Amino acid sequence: MQFWVIQTLNSLALGGLLFLLSSGFSLIFGLMRMANLAHGVFFMLGAYLGVTLLQAGVNFWLAALGGGLLVALLGGLLERCVLRALAGNEQGQVLVTLGVSFIVADLCLVVWGGDPIPLSPPAGLRAPLFFMGLAFPTYRLAVLFVAIAAAVLLYVVMERTRIGAMIRAGVDDMAMARIVGIRVSLLFTTVFCLGAALAGAGGVIGGPMLSAYPGLDSDMLPLALVVVILGGVGSLVGSFVGSFIVGGLYSFGTALFPDLAYFVLFLPMLLVLVLRPRGLFGRTLA
Amino acid sequence: MTGLEGVGRWFWLAAAAVALIALPWLMPNDFYVNLASQILVYAVWALSLNLLVGFAGMQSLGHAAYLGGGAYVCAWLIANAGLGHAAAALLTVLIIGAMAGLFGVLALRASGLGFLMITLALGQILWGVAYRWVDFTGGDNGIRLPSRPAPFGLALNQPAPFYYFALAVFAVVLLVMWRIAQSPYGAALRGTRDQPRRMSALGYNVWLIRWSAFVLAGFWGGVAGLLYVYYNKFVSPQALSLQQSAEVLIMTILGGVGSIIGPVVGAVIITLVKTVVSSYVDRWNTLLGVLFLVVIVFMPEGVVPGLRRLRRRFGP
Repeated sequence: MQFWVIQTLNSLALGGLLFLLSSGFSLIFGLMRMANLAHGVFFMLGAYLGVTLLQAGVNFWLAALGGGLLVALLGGLLERCVLRALAGNEQGQVLVTLGVSFIVADLCLVVWGGDPIPLSPPAGLRAPLFFMGLAFPTYRLAVLFVAIAAAVLLYVVMERTRIGAMIRAGVDDMAMARIVGIRVSLLFTTVFCLGAALAGAGGVIGGPMLSAYPGLDSDMLPLALVVVILGGVGSLVGSFVGSFIVGGLYSFGTALFPDLAYFVLFLPMLLVLVLRPRGLFGRTLA
Repeated sequence: MTGLEGVGRWFWLAAAAVALIALPWLMPNDFYVNLASQILVYAVWALSLNLLVGFAGMQSLGHAAYLGGGAYVCAWLIANAGLGHAAAALLTVLIIGAMAGLFGVLALRASGLGFLMITLALGQILWGVAYRWVDFTGGDNGIRLPSRPAPFGLALNQPAPFYYFALAVFAVVLLVMWRIAQSPYGAALRGTRDQPRRMSALGYNVWLIRWSAFVLAGFWGGVAGLLYVYYNKFVSPQALSLQQSAEVLIMTILGGVGSIIGPVVGAVIITLVKTVVSSYVDRWNTLLGVLFLVVIVFMPEGVVPGLRRLRRRFGP
């Protein structure tokens, strides 16, 4: 019983982290029609910045905020200075983000070294909760809570605010959005920074579960890709559902068949691609 | 396709062939012969990817699946299943071809960036399996190939014989690619890249043409994987990594997409830069990233078409 409780919470917490990672990825893809392959490295950089901020004695949640903001700054620079120069050349943009991810990952290796660095969770959340004779890891519950709060916030912003309506208009029909006077280029920067911030903060929040280590980026990026392939591009609901599916499969896969955890991911992706290539909630992958 | 016409073209081809054959005598020591062999392995690999990226216009970020996959299957069959070299090589290309067939069906459910993401995800899943399924693949320790093959009784253990073996395979692949480029199939493939709807209206089965290009690219990628494992006598998850996929893609793009000589030039440049840089500093990944930025932003058409354009403008 304890095994299932722990694994379910692990699944849900990993699903929450994947939502923080993939919602931004999916929004960027939906709006800018480009896959930001630097998203995994944004997550890893967030985790490493979290390490440094925590060592400096910053409060954990402030560190998550700070990591998110710093990564957002990097994302804004990347979007304004590099991606903008390649406007209209989506495949070129994708490859450039891949190049940036190699550079940033390598620099992280220089700065923080090759050994995994665990982040300690906030002091109040270290001891497990006991309920009905079972131990519940508190921090994982908190991660799940944060992810759900972020999801609700994002949903409200997307559905109920002016900027959200503008983003949705851009996703649906960019030319028309431009014609009615929406400054789509500003939206690009906003969404890119937002996605980067979510990934960076997700890195810090995921730190106590995953640690910061070289290769964290290439462990997380394929998970985000599978989430978006499953959930559909540009769909917030899709990345939410997809995140928890992937989180569950990956956690239980790792626990039950440690050798084949990645292979377990392959099967739902295969099914969705064969039966419903636009993803569970999305439009066609273009 | 080389852009040179008539007698001049054959002259240069013959000169290049003579230079390649004479190379082991021209090089001061074995280090350079081995480097040339490595370049040939990567050139075969880049040529296979060029079928997709160049001719079919589909960018794949999972081409390491075929190099690493071919290397793993071959090494596993020989080291763990006890097969001979000939049977192992044959089975390897068959298995990798079948894998490409399956992956192609999946990846071609989408086009453009969707295709790129699916190939990337498939490649990473394969990497994850090689890395985690320790009982089957040896995990991080990889698999060691006991010996290089000895086709027709020729031992390939020394640098020069291996170089000639790789050169022969390279020549075959080059010839195949040249024939494909000249054939109606090659023309149809370029048609699906430039005008897929028109090709479809003309009665071509665009999906089948793309899928067959995917399988061909995977098959020849598997051949490159055989060369890779013969050369290194070892394969680890590194051969399946995203970094490898990125390297071969940048080779293809850097040299010049769509030309036959382009990927070869790209393989030469990238392998040389990598070898030179790696012997001084440990920062190859940073340099690879910078190369991506520079090539995509400043040289999107690649070196060979760029030079060709200059030659047309200033040449005789």
